[in-house]
Parts: sequence; structure tokens; C-alpha cells
Amino acid sequence: MKQKDYIGIAALTTLIIIVPYLVTNDYYLGVLIFTALNCLACIGLCLLMGYAGQISIGHGAFIAIGAYASAILTTKLGWSPWAAMGFGVVTVIFVAFFVGIPTLRLKGHYLAMATLGFASIVHIVSVAAVGFTGGPSGIMNIPRLSIFGFQLNSDVKFFYFSWAIVIAGLYLAVNLIYSRVGRGLKAIHGSQDAASSLGVNITVYKIKIFVLSAIYASISGSLYAHYVLYIDPGPFDVMHSVLLVTMVAVGGIHNIWGALTGAILLSLLPEFLSFLSDYLQGFGIRYKTDYDTLVYGAILLLIMLFLPEGLFDGLYRSIKAVFNLKNRLMKGRSQGAV
Amino acid sequence: MQSDILKLEQLHKNFGGVTAVDNLSLSFAKGEVTSLIGPNGAGKTTVFNLITGFIKPSSGKIIFNGWHLNGKKPHMIAAMGIGRTFQNVQVFSNMTVLENIMVGRHLRSRCGMFFSSVLPPFLRLEENRIRSAAKEWISFLKLDQYADFSAGILPLGNQRMLEIARALALEPNLLLLDEPASGLNARETIAMGELIQKIKSMDITVILVEHDMELVMDISDRVAVINFGRLIAEGTPKEVQQNPDVITAYLGT
Repeated sequence: MKQKDYIGIAALTTLIIIVPYLVTNDYYLGVLIFTALNCLACIGLCLLMGYAGQISIGHGAFIAIGAYASAILTTKLGWSPWAAMGFGVVTVIFVAFFVGIPTLRLKGHYLAMATLGFASIVHIVSVAAVGFTGGPSGIMNIPRLSIFGFQLNSDVKFFYFSWAIVIAGLYLAVNLIYSRVGRGLKAIHGSQDAASSLGVNITVYKIKIFVLSAIYASISGSLYAHYVLYIDPGPFDVMHSVLLVTMVAVGGIHNIWGALTGAILLSLLPEFLSFLSDYLQGFGIRYKTDYDTLVYGAILLLIMLFLPEGLFDGLYRSIKAVFNLKNRLMKGRSQGAV
Repeated sequence: MQSDILKLEQLHKNFGGVTAVDNLSLSFAKGEVTSLIGPNGAGKTTVFNLITGFIKPSSGKIIFNGWHLNGKKPHMIAAMGIGRTFQNVQVFSNMTVLENIMVGRHLRSRCGMFFSSVLPPFLRLEENRIRSAAKEWISFLKLDQYADFSAGILPLGNQRMLEIARALALEPNLLLLDEPASGLNARETIAMGELIQKIKSMDITVILVEHDMELVMDISDRVAVINFGRLIAEGTPKEVQQNPDVITAYLGT
């Protein structure tokens, strides 16, 4: 881990501690909790896509498996939420392993198609296996999480808990990036042939990182179930997998902080746009809510056109440029004085 | 007489109907620089790919230090002590020069995904060891000033040097260099020749595929000539140069 990352994690932690004092509205706090869940899934996905260079449009399926494992085991079998979450993780490890073995042999578009197919299979099962998943009407009355008897029964508590998990996940991911394993993954991204000629077992590494990123998604799904307390197949459709990929790409695929930025931006943007339309309505400016989607799309398009390396990289570079310019101006002035 | 480090026995490789390597039997002596030469498409790179496990032979045997390499995956062959470079340079352009070489130390530590994420103190020490070893290789190849550069932006000559440094960081017994001097200017080619001799003096056996005949004749202990996948001549540089078959293969009849 480098100094920049320590600063980043410290800054994020501080921000998370402060936010509930500023945002007292439960609805917006809820939005920020969903943001945390997206962040968690995107950290895992970024390890897979940005570092190992393997695409997956199937991570919504792993979120679904985690969520359904938590929901089914706690409501129908009366398991404790923690045991159910653990079982979800174990299930996802097995599923990701057996899905990964055949699909990770594929490259690029073919891998994208295969994982997309997997996502739609899981979605169809969650709709059709009525006896098991409740079908389209879903599962209700999922119990809340509690830590050592301390129930997470308010949005503020769940907010802190979910973001604590995100920060822990981020810490582990950043350590991984700068380790031997992280270098092996980046090497696979750079050149599979060269990586294997240096002793990196590319098949095993690809499967391992696929499984790890699926674990992140699974935990995100379990947390979703225990926060909303009700699940149905709706939020776990194929479009959700696509949205996760979009988040990572918009934020910056080659950087874990980029993935985080993208997840935060795209989770908050729709809320901001609808807030904006309400606000403008107060001034007598009315437009259809469809325009929200239009603006949303236009923003994505502009980011990808002008900041192809992602929003985080773009912001980081422009801030750096401003600092450099300022330094140069200061230097120029002091030299001018002499 | 030194012992052989690598032996190819009646090695054969077909791609569909095309025979790329045809009953090739060759031995490579330990500690020597052997060059593999031949016209374009003669099957030299295919021989490298067979040795390092990137493609499987149709028949025949590859024996390295008494071990059969047939059916072994590239990463296992790397672990047995064979390093290689590629004809089209394959540096990891998404990493810095230092990180590239640190990948070369991959097999010198065993830590897996769990410990890498949790990062216990002993791992920090190991990371430092890997880093300082990589820095030594950077100094050896005189790439110090580029250590923190992204590998993709280096000029071709330095990328070739980096690729060799990365393969050396593996600490191989046998190093396969696939056209290390192609695309280099005269001065860089001379430096490459000096480097290969330095590598030889470190007790690393080198097999070289190269089109620059001056370089080949200068630094090779032995030269093997192949054409259409078949061995047509083998011997010291001088012997090979005077061989009529070789002259025919290169100049035509």
C-alpha cells in the first residue's frame, strides 16, 4: 500500500463519520447505503476487470445468490443472518469456481457473452423457482442484522456498518494490488504469454480473482437483503450487472479508487437529477421525468468521450495540473521579484 | 566435454497440414551460447514455443536436465529454470519498469491471495526483498533512470533490455532469446552482444534466435541452422559459414 492510498482511506473514513451528521433525511441515508453496496461489488469487479483484465457481465448474479442465500436461510430455516451470509459466500465460491473454469478460457467479447448468459440464467431461476425463491413476489420478513446483540435497526447504524465493510474491503483490495498476486494479475492483463513465461499460473490466477470478486458481490447481496428486509428478482436482473460494469468503467477501470468514484457517482446521479427536477418545478420549470434518463446518458457519454481513462483519473490529473500551474506561477512571481 | 542441458529428440510439429518442425534432434551444451538460425519461417520460434510449453509437440521428446518437458505448462517450465523473451516484445505496458522485473521474482515467493490481502508484517519484509532484488537487476541492465517509468513508453531497445532483465530475475539455468537485436541500431546491437556474453559468464546457458549474422558469429559457441523445420547444419560458427547447404539455403540455388 502506498502513501496515497493511506491518505485516500483516511479521507474516506473521515467523510463517512461526518456524513450522518449532515444528512439527516432517512431517504438520502438509504441512498448512501445502496451506494455502499454498489461500491463493495465494484471493488471486486475492478480487481477482475481493471487489474486482471477479465470482463464479467454476470456479477449481478453473484449479488443475487448472496441475497437469496441470506433471505432463504434466515426466513425458511431460521438460520442466524451471519451463518446465512457465510453460507452465501461459500455457495458463491463454488458457483464462481465452476462457472469460471470453462468461461475464463474465453477472451474479450466471448467472455462477456458467457458471463452475460450466466447472469440471465440466475435471473430466470430466481423468477421461476417459485417454491424456493418466492418467484416474482419475492421473500418478505428477512430479519435485521445484529452485532453481538446490538441490532442494526436504524439507517444510521446500517450506514456505518455497510461503509465499514466497504472500507475493510477496500483495504484488502489495495493490499492485494501491491502484492505478488496483484502483480501477477496485472501481468496477465499486460501479456498472458509473458506472464506464464515468468511462472504465473494464469488459469489458476484468473479463477481465483473471479472467485474473490464474486465474494465481494455476494456480501453486497447479503447486506442488501438484510437492509431492505425484502427481496424479489427485480433488482438482480442482467441490467444490474451491466450497470456495475458501467460504474467501474466510468470511474476508471485501471484504478480501484476509480471504481469507487464511479460507483458513488452513478448511485447518486439519478437521485440528484430527480432532486434537480423537483427543485426546478418550484420555479415553474416542468419537464417529463424521462429527461432525467436523457441527461444521465449524456453525462456518461461525455465522461467516456473526454475522460476515456475514467472520471477519477481525469479529476486527479486536472487537480495535479492546477497545482503545477500554481507552483509555476508562484515560482515565476518570486523569480520576478528577484 | 560439458554435459548437455537441453536435448531435443526427433521433435515434430504439424500445424494442420504444414510441418513446422520436422524430426529435429539437437543438443545444447551447458554454459554455451548456441544460436538457432535459418530463413524466415524456418521454424525457429516454433522450437522456442515447443521448449517453453506454449505449444505441444506432435511427437518427439524435449529433455531438460534429465526432465521430460512434454505436456508441461509454460509456468511449470519457468519454475524448472527456463526463461525466455519474445520476438515481439511483451513487456507489461500497464506496469512500471520496476514492477515488470518484480513479476520476474514471482516464483521466488509463495504467498497467496489471502496473505497478500491481509498483509502481515513478514510479508512486508518479503516485499522489500523482492523489491531490492528487482532493483539489482535494473542496475545490472543499466535501466536505473527508468525504474518508475511506465514500461510501455520506453524505446524499443530498452524494452528488449527490460524483457531480458525480467527473464533474468527468474534466475534461470537456460535463457531463450528470440531475436533480441531485431529493431536495434548498431550501437544497441553491440551492447546486446556484450550483455549476452555477460549472461554466459554468469553460468546461464543461452539459446539465441537471431537474424543479425555478425552478432551470431561473434558471440555463439555453436550454431545450428534449420530450414523448413529440418536441421541442415550444426557446428562452430566457422564450420557453419563454410557449409554448402547453408549457403544454398540462404542464397538460393
